[in-house]
Amino acid sequence: MDLTALTADEVRELLRNKKASAEEVCREHLNRIRQKNPEVRAYLTLSEERALKQARKVDRLVAEGKPLPILAGVPVAVKDAIVTRGVRTTCASKILENYIPPYDSTAVARLEAAGAVILGKTNCDEFAMGSSTENSAYFPTRNPRNPDRVPGGSSGGSAAAVAANLATVALGSDTGGSIRQPAAFCGIAGMMGTYGRVSRYGLVAFASSLDHIGPFGRSVRDVARALKVIAGCDPADSTTADIPVPDYEATLEEDVRGVTVGVPQEYFNGLSPEIGDNIQKGIDRLAKLGCKIACISLPHTEYAIACYYIICTAEASSNLARYDGVRYGLRAAGHDGLREMYKKTRDAGFGAEVKRRIMLGTYVLSSGYYEAYYRKAQQVRSLIARDFLEAFDEVDVIVTPTSPIPPFKLGEKVDDPLQMYLADIYTVTASLAGIPGISVPCGLTRTEPHLPVGMQMLARHFDEARLLQVARAFEKSGGFELM
Amino acid sequence: MPLTEKDVRYVAELAHLDLTDEEIRKFQPQLDAILGYMQKLNQLDTTQVEPMAQVIAPGGVSLPLRPDRIHESLPQEVALANAPEAGAGHFKVPSVIERE
Repeated sequence: MDLTALTADEVRELLRNKKASAEEVCREHLNRIRQKNPEVRAYLTLSEERALKQARKVDRLVAEGKPLPILAGVPVAVKDAIVTRGVRTTCASKILENYIPPYDSTAVARLEAAGAVILGKTNCDEFAMGSSTENSAYFPTRNPRNPDRVPGGSSGGSAAAVAANLATVALGSDTGGSIRQPAAFCGIAGMMGTYGRVSRYGLVAFASSLDHIGPFGRSVRDVARALKVIAGCDPADSTTADIPVPDYEATLEEDVRGVTVGVPQEYFNGLSPEIGDNIQKGIDRLAKLGCKIACISLPHTEYAIACYYIICTAEASSNLARYDGVRYGLRAAGHDGLREMYKKTRDAGFGAEVKRRIMLGTYVLSSGYYEAYYRKAQQVRSLIARDFLEAFDEVDVIVTPTSPIPPFKLGEKVDDPLQMYLADIYTVTASLAGIPGISVPCGLTRTEPHLPVGMQMLARHFDEARLLQVARAFEKSGGFELM
Repeated sequence: MPLTEKDVRYVAELAHLDLTDEEIRKFQPQLDAILGYMQKLNQLDTTQVEPMAQVIAPGGVSLPLRPDRIHESLPQEVALANAPEAGAGHFKVPSVIERE
């Protein structure tokens, strides 16, 4: 049996029936990583010792006949933007090259408390800024479905690890699509819960009003299970909501007949048929399952990219001010005085995209431009959020493409930042509104080389249960393999 | 108004980035194109629209407060462990007061 091809519930069943040990599952994954990672380059750092220790702990529970926690023995990869105590966390930046966090993020602590085995830290765009993982200061990651293509980003390493069976489940972070888009590019499921659903304590901050932590999986059930574990109020993150977390798996298999699915016309204007045809087939499949399909309008969609890139860069310029070479991270040598130390450290430690975004954010917040850019964007954000609230008066779920383009070639877009930003059009809207979203596989493009297409589903604030239910019904109907 | 190289230098100074001349030349047209694209928002009349500074779900509460209790914090040596330069229980920095 291939222990690396299992889902989280299969791993737990295997342990429960003593057909394999958690240590075997862990070692099998580490072996596969040694074989495949030099080519995929999904991982930046492995936490082998910590993983084996945790696996043995799970095996002791089995030996003692104790009840097994929900993620017992499940191998998990963690985006390197999420801190892990004692395990180097770089955020794929040179400025944090040797940073060893003194504490665990809440999401990682909750996963381990639920029996998960943390295998290591995955590559991403530096400070989660990018859509291809090419902005990593270390190396690009390749798409396991096609090595000439990018895995998407910014959580490209996590998506690639799950797609290549180098982990069963992974954690990513999503600010404007950084979980959903790489899930789509790598042909797996990836979810961002409602803003406030999952604690960000220990997530390296990029844009605090938009940042989320969320799970990747090869099945909707795995995503539901991991989300349930990491979700919920956390005193260490004051933005988490004090709202009970439902048992997503309990309602996962419920019938979706009568669920109203909205299709926003703005997301299909000018969409290329290589993506559009698959999404249309996906919508037809949902109709066949008994969902009621309704045409809707989200009229401010075309302003979302401008709005998003003003807000996220403004917040980034403020959040990244902490990298000054004083308390942790890089300090450049050969400076004369404090100010010069700051400037030299930041120039040496940050890559081009991070500098670009700090510059943009500093500009839109600067005296004389604040009203015209930042305040204006916050007002437009209200309009975009209102579009969704009005749509959800009529429909339960909204279905769109996740990305307007299939996975592109490595190097293809690196020199044109604006073009790269524009490709985020379908994912940034939900981030601005704070609603939950999931991307599920929706077949492959019809033309060679047959690349993965992702379908995005969105729901009302805190209606993750409904979202997962529709995603699961779609998966069960064979929707993931649509051609 | 197009963004000039002088503007780029000024913003870099505000952002504490010691950009090279080459970086300035590369960023100027890129930032100018992106900021130009952002002008798109001016097509919308937002005079009556409240700015959205944070996400509040319908019926949700903003900024809940937690009890102000003292809890365990990191020991000093752990907090200093990642410092580029530390000594005598402090972070060490270059001289702050600059000479004329």
